[in-house]
Amino acid sequence: MTLTTPVKASAREGRWRALGLRADVRNLSLLGVLAVLVAVGGLTRPAEFLATSNLQLVLTQASVIGVVTVGMTFVITSGGIDLSVGAIVALASVWATTLATQEFGFAGILFTAVAVGLGCGLVNGVLVAYGGMVPFIATLAMLASARGLALQITDGRTQIVTVPSVLDLGVPDAYVLGIPPLVLVFAAVTAAGWLLLNRTTFGRRTVAVGGNPEAARLAGIDVRRQRLFLYLLSGLCCGIAAFLLVVLAGSGQNTNGNLYELDAIAAAIIGGTLLSGGRGTIVGSVLGVLVFTTITNIFALNNLQSDVQQIAKGAIIVAAVLIQRRTVRDGDG
Amino acid sequence: MPEEHPPLLTMSGITKSFPGVRALDGVDLDVAPGEVHCLLGQNGAGKSTLIKVLAGAHQPDRGAITWNGEPVRLRSPSAAVRLGIATIYQELDLVEGLSVAENVHLGHEPTTAGFVRGRAARDTTATLLKRLGHPEIDPTRRVGALSAAQRQIVSMARALSHDVRLIVMDEPSAALDPDEVANLFRIVADLTTDGVAVVYISHRLEEIRRIGDRVTVLKDGRAVARGLPAATTPTREVVALMTGRDVPYVFPERPTRPPAGEPVLRVQGLARKGEFEALDLELRPGEIVGLAGLVGSGRSEILETVYGARRPTAGRVSVDGRPLRPGSVPAAVAAGLGLAPEERKAQGLLLLESVTRNVSVSSLARFSRAGWIDRATERETARTATRTLSLRPDLPDAPVRTLSGGNQQKAVLARWLLRGCRVLLLDEPTRGVDVGARAELYAVIRGLADDGLAVLLVSSEVPEVLGLADRVLVLREGRVVHEAPAQELDEHRVLDLVMEGSPAE
Repeated sequence: MTLTTPVKASAREGRWRALGLRADVRNLSLLGVLAVLVAVGGLTRPAEFLATSNLQLVLTQASVIGVVTVGMTFVITSGGIDLSVGAIVALASVWATTLATQEFGFAGILFTAVAVGLGCGLVNGVLVAYGGMVPFIATLAMLASARGLALQITDGRTQIVTVPSVLDLGVPDAYVLGIPPLVLVFAAVTAAGWLLLNRTTFGRRTVAVGGNPEAARLAGIDVRRQRLFLYLLSGLCCGIAAFLLVVLAGSGQNTNGNLYELDAIAAAIIGGTLLSGGRGTIVGSVLGVLVFTTITNIFALNNLQSDVQQIAKGAIIVAAVLIQRRTVRDGDG
Repeated sequence: MPEEHPPLLTMSGITKSFPGVRALDGVDLDVAPGEVHCLLGQNGAGKSTLIKVLAGAHQPDRGAITWNGEPVRLRSPSAAVRLGIATIYQELDLVEGLSVAENVHLGHEPTTAGFVRGRAARDTTATLLKRLGHPEIDPTRRVGALSAAQRQIVSMARALSHDVRLIVMDEPSAALDPDEVANLFRIVADLTTDGVAVVYISHRLEEIRRIGDRVTVLKDGRAVARGLPAATTPTREVVALMTGRDVPYVFPERPTRPPAGEPVLRVQGLARKGEFEALDLELRPGEIVGLAGLVGSGRSEILETVYGARRPTAGRVSVDGRPLRPGSVPAAVAAGLGLAPEERKAQGLLLLESVTRNVSVSSLARFSRAGWIDRATERETARTATRTLSLRPDLPDAPVRTLSGGNQQKAVLARWLLRGCRVLLLDEPTRGVDVGARAELYAVIRGLADDGLAVLLVSSEVPEVLGLADRVLVLREGRVVHEAPAQELDEHRVLDLVMEGSPAE
């Protein structure tokens, strides 16, 4: 019973899977929703909606929340939740735009944003993994504290960014082949997140911890360390998102990232990540983000107020989850 | 015999399909008042689906149900309860945060103007518990604080709190000790004397002989035999009906030469306060050592402590002479220990995941470089392990939850085979595994030992420990009271040792 030589029986069996192109009903149905939205946008505002500059705008707006959602997807897949993402983005963005930080230029702002994100994630992770706190409570506490600290730093004022190299990233001159750098960052984070979740031991452990923490522990996985890393990862994504937001807004404000936690959770859930853990999809999450951003864009172009947007968002969440329940339900009941 | 009564319940031609499977294919069942009707069948034979139809939890696609001579439709669980059909599921459905009385009356609380009459609920609960032979259970106690056996009693009290005519019991003895099983049988006898019918599901043939009147055998969604006399039908025939095979328990032969070599696992003075006392144990490669004892004798706790899942209060565990870091599962796994836990679904498997991923989860480092998984190698190596153990179906991507109990257990064993583990800790390896699949599992375990693994086996079924192990340690209340080669013991001797001096409950 030595197991050193793998059977080479079905090398091609998993070709499609190897490419990661498995037809996932959830992603297909979300792609359908997105197609419908594009059609609606194209029909109601043909000139504005399909303009290159508008598509660039939609993708840019999706980038900030998108990066946060990638981190959130990992946390939810592991059976956790991170309610503090919006507050961390706020804190990181204001800390990165203080006069003292701006003295260090581009690198200072980037480093501070990422470091603050990681720091907050570390606290979340230690509280959850080693302090035995329920993620909901630990990250709720972080939400409150980080928002408070952000307000204390800014005293409610908007901190204008005066570092040219940071601001330059947001202008059309910096676009690479018409793609804004922020969108490239988002794409890179998405790709890295997908690979991390689907191709590495880290991703596999994340899914195992979310699917059955006790079985994962008895299989020899260090569940606590894994949880710590996951909140660190979410914090890292918040730090990156905060930097993108600083570039986009040209400033740092303590009200940044308001309700990002809800947008990120909603995007991940309609994408097909199980709130109870054990199953997660980065592609679905990104599609979820794109759906929400596109709705917002179409409503803005049609001069509809944000109250209508909110109602539509709620309806989409309900509809998407109901459709998933119908399509995903298989014969194990 | 209840034959002269008109049937209380008749199910005929019950058919139920789920996407891709026909779970029931024209099943007939009739139950007379005051009868204990046993339902036998392998996992996947359709027993669970049938009792869910009877409980109103599933709607049949076709077929008719007659109750007291009148055709009925069981549209919901509450419709079934209103008729007088109560079901006690294998996985007990109690609310841990509520009290015993609150659980018993859940959904039909005695009320006045919308307010629950707590005293009335407590009083009727106390009466029911007394009738069930457990007056010591306090109706105000939180269910979460009760033992498994006590919870079963509460579940039964809940069933009896309705005006029941038929009780369905799904593997009621699975979590019980012999003396508690005796109490269960007494309760069943009391119920049938009152004219209540019982549909009794069990894997244990000897139980069915003792309390059953008639037996219906299910196989692949069909009733292959209906209403056989429970006491006189030969075991061989029943097993043949269930499996298409003749022999129920076949233990593989022990190797003729005694295990040699240095002990691979050495346990010295290991103890956990309140669970088990100083334990010394040595395991050699190729040896199977069994721990026999009642529920609560500390057997599972010993395995989990050896494995590092519980932190010992004293003593140590060494592998190849090197002491393990106490209370660390990763350290134990790294040293070559593997555990197949008691609750396979809750503790062993990643139910949403494929067979491959369940098998590979403990050996990820083996297929990865810098954290990067080589999935082709992972899949094929995992498949080699599952093929070695004849895991069926041979589909690496099948979700592990679709496998039968025996094959799920093989997936757990394959995990440790793949890890190259040297000491295998098996906690109730055949729980929830059908009679037919057990023999195969025994052969697999013996085969692993023959290949040089040391196996520490815990089972509540004494014949299993005696048939499979080379050496047996008998536990009572956390202490080893006897140790002997398995051939020198028999079931009676072990049961005497296990029960002797234990305080009567």
